[in-house]
Amino acid sequence: MPYLCGEETVKELRRCLSNPHVQADPLRYRNTILRVIRAMSQGVDVSGLFSEMVKACATVDIVQKKLVYLFLCSYAALNPELSLLVINTLRKDCQDTNPMVRSLALRNMTNLRLPSLVEYVEQPLTAGLKDRAASVRRVAVLGWAKLHNLQPTSEIGVVSLPVFPWYSLIVSVHIYSSSTNASFMVHPDATVVNELYNLLRDPDPVVMVNCLRALEEILKEEGGVAINKPITHHLLNRLKECDIWGQCEVLRILQRYQPQSEDELFDILSLLDSSLVSPHPPVMAATLSLFLSLCSGLPAVSLAALERVCGPLLAACGSGSREMRFTALCHIQLLLRSVPGLMGAHYKRFFCGYAEPAYIKQRKMQVLVELVNDENVIMLLDELKGYCTDVNTDTAQAAISAIGRIGRSYSDKCFVILTGLLGLKQDHITSAVVQTMRDLVWVCPQCSDTVCSALEGCEETLQDVQGRQALLWLLGVYGERISSAPYTLEVFIDGVRSEASLGVKMELLTAAMRLFLCRPAEMQDMLGRLLHYFIEEETDMCVQDQALLYYRLLRCGTEETRKVLQGRRSDPSLGVLIGRPAEPVSQWACSFNTLEPLTVSAVETEPSSRGSPEHTKPKTDLSETLNYSQNENLYSGAEKKEETDDSVWVKESIQCSTIPHCSPQSLQAAMQLVNIQTLAFTPPNTLPWRVYLYTHTQHMSSAEMSYNNSLILGELLYTGGSGGEPSTAEGEDGHVTKELEGTAEMGGWGNGKKEQVKVTLKQQPRDDESLRGFLSILTTVLHTLSSERG
Amino acid sequence: MMISQIFILSSKGDHLIYKDFRGESSSDVVTTFYQKITALTGDQPPVVMSHKDLHFIHVRHGGLYWVATTTGDSSPFTIIDFLNRLSSLVRDFCGGLSEKSVQMNFALIYELLDEVLDYGYIQTTSSDVLKNFIQTEAVSSKPFSLFDLSNIGLFGAETQQSKVAPSSAATRPIQTSREQGGKQEIFVDVVERLTVVIGSNGVVMKADVEGEVRVKCYMPSCSEIRIGLNEELSIGKSQLRGYGSSVRVDECSFHQSVKLDEFDNHRILRLCPSQGEQTVMQYRLSDELPSAPPFRLFPTVERDGGGRLLMYLKLRCDLPPKSCAINVCTSVSVPKGSLSLSQELSSPDQSSELNQQSRAITWRIPRFSGGTQLSALFKVEVPGLGPSSMMEVGPVCLTFELPKFTSTGLQVRFLRLTPLQPGPSQRWVRYTTHSDSYTIRI
Repeated sequence: MPYLCGEETVKELRRCLSNPHVQADPLRYRNTILRVIRAMSQGVDVSGLFSEMVKACATVDIVQKKLVYLFLCSYAALNPELSLLVINTLRKDCQDTNPMVRSLALRNMTNLRLPSLVEYVEQPLTAGLKDRAASVRRVAVLGWAKLHNLQPTSEIGVVSLPVFPWYSLIVSVHIYSSSTNASFMVHPDATVVNELYNLLRDPDPVVMVNCLRALEEILKEEGGVAINKPITHHLLNRLKECDIWGQCEVLRILQRYQPQSEDELFDILSLLDSSLVSPHPPVMAATLSLFLSLCSGLPAVSLAALERVCGPLLAACGSGSREMRFTALCHIQLLLRSVPGLMGAHYKRFFCGYAEPAYIKQRKMQVLVELVNDENVIMLLDELKGYCTDVNTDTAQAAISAIGRIGRSYSDKCFVILTGLLGLKQDHITSAVVQTMRDLVWVCPQCSDTVCSALEGCEETLQDVQGRQALLWLLGVYGERISSAPYTLEVFIDGVRSEASLGVKMELLTAAMRLFLCRPAEMQDMLGRLLHYFIEEETDMCVQDQALLYYRLLRCGTEETRKVLQGRRSDPSLGVLIGRPAEPVSQWACSFNTLEPLTVSAVETEPSSRGSPEHTKPKTDLSETLNYSQNENLYSGAEKKEETDDSVWVKESIQCSTIPHCSPQSLQAAMQLVNIQTLAFTPPNTLPWRVYLYTHTQHMSSAEMSYNNSLILGELLYTGGSGGEPSTAEGEDGHVTKELEGTAEMGGWGNGKKEQVKVTLKQQPRDDESLRGFLSILTTVLHTLSSERG
Repeated sequence: MMISQIFILSSKGDHLIYKDFRGESSSDVVTTFYQKITALTGDQPPVVMSHKDLHFIHVRHGGLYWVATTTGDSSPFTIIDFLNRLSSLVRDFCGGLSEKSVQMNFALIYELLDEVLDYGYIQTTSSDVLKNFIQTEAVSSKPFSLFDLSNIGLFGAETQQSKVAPSSAATRPIQTSREQGGKQEIFVDVVERLTVVIGSNGVVMKADVEGEVRVKCYMPSCSEIRIGLNEELSIGKSQLRGYGSSVRVDECSFHQSVKLDEFDNHRILRLCPSQGEQTVMQYRLSDELPSAPPFRLFPTVERDGGGRLLMYLKLRCDLPPKSCAINVCTSVSVPKGSLSLSQELSSPDQSSELNQQSRAITWRIPRFSGGTQLSALFKVEVPGLGPSSMMEVGPVCLTFELPKFTSTGLQVRFLRLTPLQPGPSQRWVRYTTHSDSYTIRI
């Protein structure tokens, strides 16, 4: 925030600071300095006062000293020469009898962040490590870390032969730390590092924790502070002396420790049990993190820890601080991935408070959806229904889609609520309801009658693109059961000239075609007009192409058209995914107690429906619904054959014996389950057996918060062990140029391995992460299919 | 696990405090942060936001943004807890938490930050330790006066002034005691937050109490205090309950400095309080309140012929007759597009208004005695009022404060200081229940 008259202020302050009368009066001097600092924090550039402030630092008034140091540290980088003048005062202060002055001087000396000052700082820092006052030692220990980061390449400390400390626990560490370097070379920081390891035994717990922090930074390249058995036990024994911040730090660093025996592991676990149920959420979270990393090989223990941590987590959910509540909620969502029914009995704790911010309400709804069961479904739906009329439209829409998700298991009850909501005739509610109904009917086709009767009259209130697309899809697919469908479409077709959205146009075209097939008499004229408009006047290539395609298709006769257009109306197989399978804890353990759960919104939160169900794009995290842990290492073995600037080829073979004997229908259904579209098949049991497929991936890149779309084309090839033909992957799409190349060397690849299906993938533009995700999904599908048959 | 920068922004985006601990990024991030929160439509920006590889984590206290930035993967629990703790330290040391008090005490806050964090690592947040290092004196934003007469009426304590501390008594800096000499005080507050959902049929669907026992200490020489709670206090669901008078909580947890050796038998908490405020005990009670929830609503909602919505609300306060609720604010959601409101309220000190933005009528009752009943008639002009619009009426949400009342019945039997204080010392015990979320469906 630019401060008005900034220059004037600086001039006036300079006059004041150099006024001898002001300097003589301590109170006036201090007040003038206060004004400088105030101007500084308001964003005025007061760096011009540096030399005046340097003078002001020679004082006995500690308050003034602190203020001047604050100023100097902020502007030292701009005035390295002048800063040299301060160093004498600082060094003198380091000798002061008052430990407060000593620690202050030492801290600010290192906070100046000037590489040129390093030589002056080392000596006081070394002395500081041995100071009588703990507060000085605390500062000195971190001072070494600051110094190291200032000049990570140069040598800190006098290079000398390592003095072997007499502490038995340090000896092994020391050897470790120097042996990781090249032989004969003494670690540059060896003396300091040694000293810091020694100080782990300091009586002051903060000094101990600071040593850990400093060593972590200094030894970053060597993987941080060495954690061996004696150090671990030392730290664990002193854990209770630390305050909660220190405990968190120690617990975090201990994650690196590998207990040598199961007995030791359980000793540690039982020692930490009280921390696990600590009333302080940071300690509880850090302990659980440590538990999960220690017990990565013992899933049962991990699960027991999760149950134990429920109480404190729920308590954090009711914390007075809403930010803490939010954090706890996000982490509960992680826990629920592994233990779906974990908090079932406490579902009422997740009811939204009236004045809670929208981001908490939406998370709570996501949790509520997970907790639904036969006993609480009525209460839960009643509660969610109350949120549907929330003033905040996002909250209202989230509530509606939450009801939709519950509707997959309890469709009747949910439809009553959803149809009731349509009566409100409010655009954002109607749009959310229609989208939710479309998604629901895709999963539960038995609900289609209810949906059809509910749709009448919706089009008047629908305003937004997503809502209208959803309505058009429903009209196209279930048009024969909605008596007013042609009239609704007519309104859309009449207004097509003023339609701005590409998505709506495409959806309208397909809906009109589908409806024509079942109600030709009413639709013929309208469809003709629409096709004519799209082919003759539409400027968008996609729409025009699609219209041309349909036009030519119609010339082939209605039977042909029907074959193409009457696709599936629903996907009952999705139903199996409703009760989400419990994921292993290891899937999310590494992101527990990090910022990730707070920034990533869970999969189902996305207003799931950006387009028609058949076209929903798989996201890379779709894999959340599938358990693919055993496939994770696949990609590393995959062979990247060729990389052009923005597309990538990948080859892989997957062990699944019976796939080539699957019926095309089941294969197609399984693929579509995960939004992989099949382009072409060879009949089952023919050799070589091939499938061509494609998918769009959408991957949110974390840095720019934008969606990267890419297209993946793929070929599955099974040669029956006879040595495959050179094969190609082929695709046709607006964005993809045909870059087809023979992959001749593939033949030698599957030799002797009869049961392998070869996968060739091409992606454009390149996006390794989504490709990896895709590959693992594909592998899972194939494995699932073959295990079903086998 | 380190914090890169800390800054405090006013709600209007003024830079109040900025401190860079690691020199990893420039001060432009303050502006970046403010741009991010103003770019969002709602007034509730997400707790964690990212800009390039810098993460902003913020909490809100006293109308201010308290922001920490971090580059690495940090524990959100730690940072949020720390920011909360930092704001309560500032409250303790400055005597209040507002834009003004932060502005006036910026030197003190910089001093605090310097001691609390070094190189982005949390050093200590204990006010006992910190008070030895803090040299700047707090500047109170308002003159402190024990007999702040404007507040006494609220507590209904006209006749016993000496026994009731004004509500502002505890909002003063912890360190003034040294200079002003002799104001030796200790406050023990039992604060409960009430979350209630009452269904349209009058059945209590959810009733939760989150409670805290807070000690606020202005006694530099106090070595130990003993707080005696109700002896019949029982903890946990399984315990057998006696007749009538038992006080029960589901679970409770204590500050790590509390000694519990006398708790099991006598329900006595022993602790050495540090200066300033600390929460010594937290407890929770779910679903079974010992008494009826404090408010019941009997609504009648109908449409009249001319497209008007008629709402007759009868609100009953079920508190014991001696207690009362203050600052009761009832807010009723009304259909979208409601235009105007005419009301009939039962007394002139009540008021009501229609807020079209939040689609709600608020009905304010400054004081509501236990055992009484108030009613209000609202007529709302809603164009195009249809039968389904009635779905949009409700829920009714109440916010209120119940002074001298705990809904669990938890009481402090006694408060003893050891050793006995030499000078005159004052011990205050206060009870209050707030509404966290009190919802009645229609």
